[in-house]
Amino acid sequence: MPSENLVEISDVSYAYDKQPVLTEINMVIPRGKVVAIMGISGSGKTTLLRLIGGAMRPRRGVVRVDGRATHELDREGLYRMRRRMGLLFQFGALFTDMTVFDNVAFQMREHTDLPESMIRDMVMMKLNAVGLRGAHRLMPAELSGGMARRVALARAIALDPTLIMYDEPFTGLDPISLGVIGNLLRALNSALGATSIVITHDVQEALDLVDYVYYLSEGVIVAQGTPDEIRASPEPLVQQFVRGDIDGPVAFQYPSPEYGNDLRLH
Amino acid sequence: MFSRGAVVDIRSIGHSTIDSVLRLGYASRFLALTVLGSGVSFRRFRLVIREIYFTGVLSLIIILVSGLFVGMVLGFQGYQTLQTYGSESALGVLVALSLVRELGPVVSALLFASRAGSAMTAEIGLMKATEQLSAMEMMAVDPISRVIAPRFWSGIISMPLLAAMFSAMGVFGGYLIGVVLIGVDEGSFWSQMQSAVDYREDVLNGVIKSFVFGVAVTWIALFEGYDAPPTAEGVSGATTRTVVTSALVILGLDFVLTAFMFRGV
Repeated sequence: MPSENLVEISDVSYAYDKQPVLTEINMVIPRGKVVAIMGISGSGKTTLLRLIGGAMRPRRGVVRVDGRATHELDREGLYRMRRRMGLLFQFGALFTDMTVFDNVAFQMREHTDLPESMIRDMVMMKLNAVGLRGAHRLMPAELSGGMARRVALARAIALDPTLIMYDEPFTGLDPISLGVIGNLLRALNSALGATSIVITHDVQEALDLVDYVYYLSEGVIVAQGTPDEIRASPEPLVQQFVRGDIDGPVAFQYPSPEYGNDLRLH
Repeated sequence: MFSRGAVVDIRSIGHSTIDSVLRLGYASRFLALTVLGSGVSFRRFRLVIREIYFTGVLSLIIILVSGLFVGMVLGFQGYQTLQTYGSESALGVLVALSLVRELGPVVSALLFASRAGSAMTAEIGLMKATEQLSAMEMMAVDPISRVIAPRFWSGIISMPLLAAMFSAMGVFGGYLIGVVLIGVDEGSFWSQMQSAVDYREDVLNGVIKSFVFGVAVTWIALFEGYDAPPTAEGVSGATTRTVVTSALVILGLDFVLTAFMFRGV
């Protein structure tokens, strides 16, 4: 019987060269839930996503996806695991030399032997789900930022993944596109019976959407809980983040010498 | 014993040597992975054909026009030199041998590097910078098999064909100037060419050269793109390096190959 948690991260540490990025992270992502990983830029969120996708191996600790430790998988095993995953990149990462249709069909053509007529129907269904069936002939360069993100989402869910990961899905979107992506995220999770991980720093959107939140700061989980618990968290870092205060535990100023010295007032 | 400046200089020479050796190692590993990952290219040959269109067919104009002009210049220059010795009838031989043995493979490879090689580097570099290669990797598709290998084989197939077309066009250019414009005897132009150009020694050696140049240029172009830092500056630097390195490697390899093929001592 499959375990209750699709992703389990135990005591994971990671460092770029000697710069620690994640320190002893413990996290579980239950099946069927939408979980947000929040934190300011540079807090190690994207690194965590790469560790779950097996693009990087933890220095210490274990990342388990569907019960299997990612660092023990060989290339073939890793690829097999990724076929069950969909990742929405921050800026879409659409293949610029292919049409919208071919982008969405890419994985179906690479990983299945389905006839072209069936692939066409499936692509149209995915594009319909993101509201862009009529744009299937366009090239990525002809799409707006919000449309490109939606096409990328259709591509990420092409093979009905069990785990969908979103890397900053709301960044740089206008309020309408943002609402569209947010609704799709929730709708896809229930329609596909999938589990979703959302990396974001858009607090208000995320808190309205997700079931559970992990808050990261400098590679450490400083708070976790349901959106309501996060809103009520006494942790000053989380409060500053939720309210968007410009100064607080995260200083407005980059570490610098005394102002007067730099202005040569003394 | 050494001054501080000298130590710094020696150290920087050491660093750059180690870096070059490392890069050569990476490039060799990249080539090995490309060749090993070529299964997809042969099973789905239309991927290679699509790339042949971009690298080969779209390079045709520059190759054909350059070939024509190089041939025409050879016609003028050759005639001027040959007539001093009263052997204008050998113009066809001079034009054909210069092209088939040397100018065809070398000049078309230089043009190929600047037209198709630079485009390959920029495309792969930008695919990397915009995370398209990472996206492919996350979709469980190996970018080396799916993106790099088809381009590699397209370069290897296109290069000898482009060189052959360059030479053919050059011979036609030499004919236009020599026979049509200056009035060298047409019969001797073609018949001397036919008897003096040897299939094995001249044509085949030219094909071997262009094949080797094709491997070198495509390898350099793809590696530079794949290895480019994912920034605008990184991609532009890689594109420049592709053209410069390819030109030097083509000329260096040409010398080595010509030395091996040389007879008559």
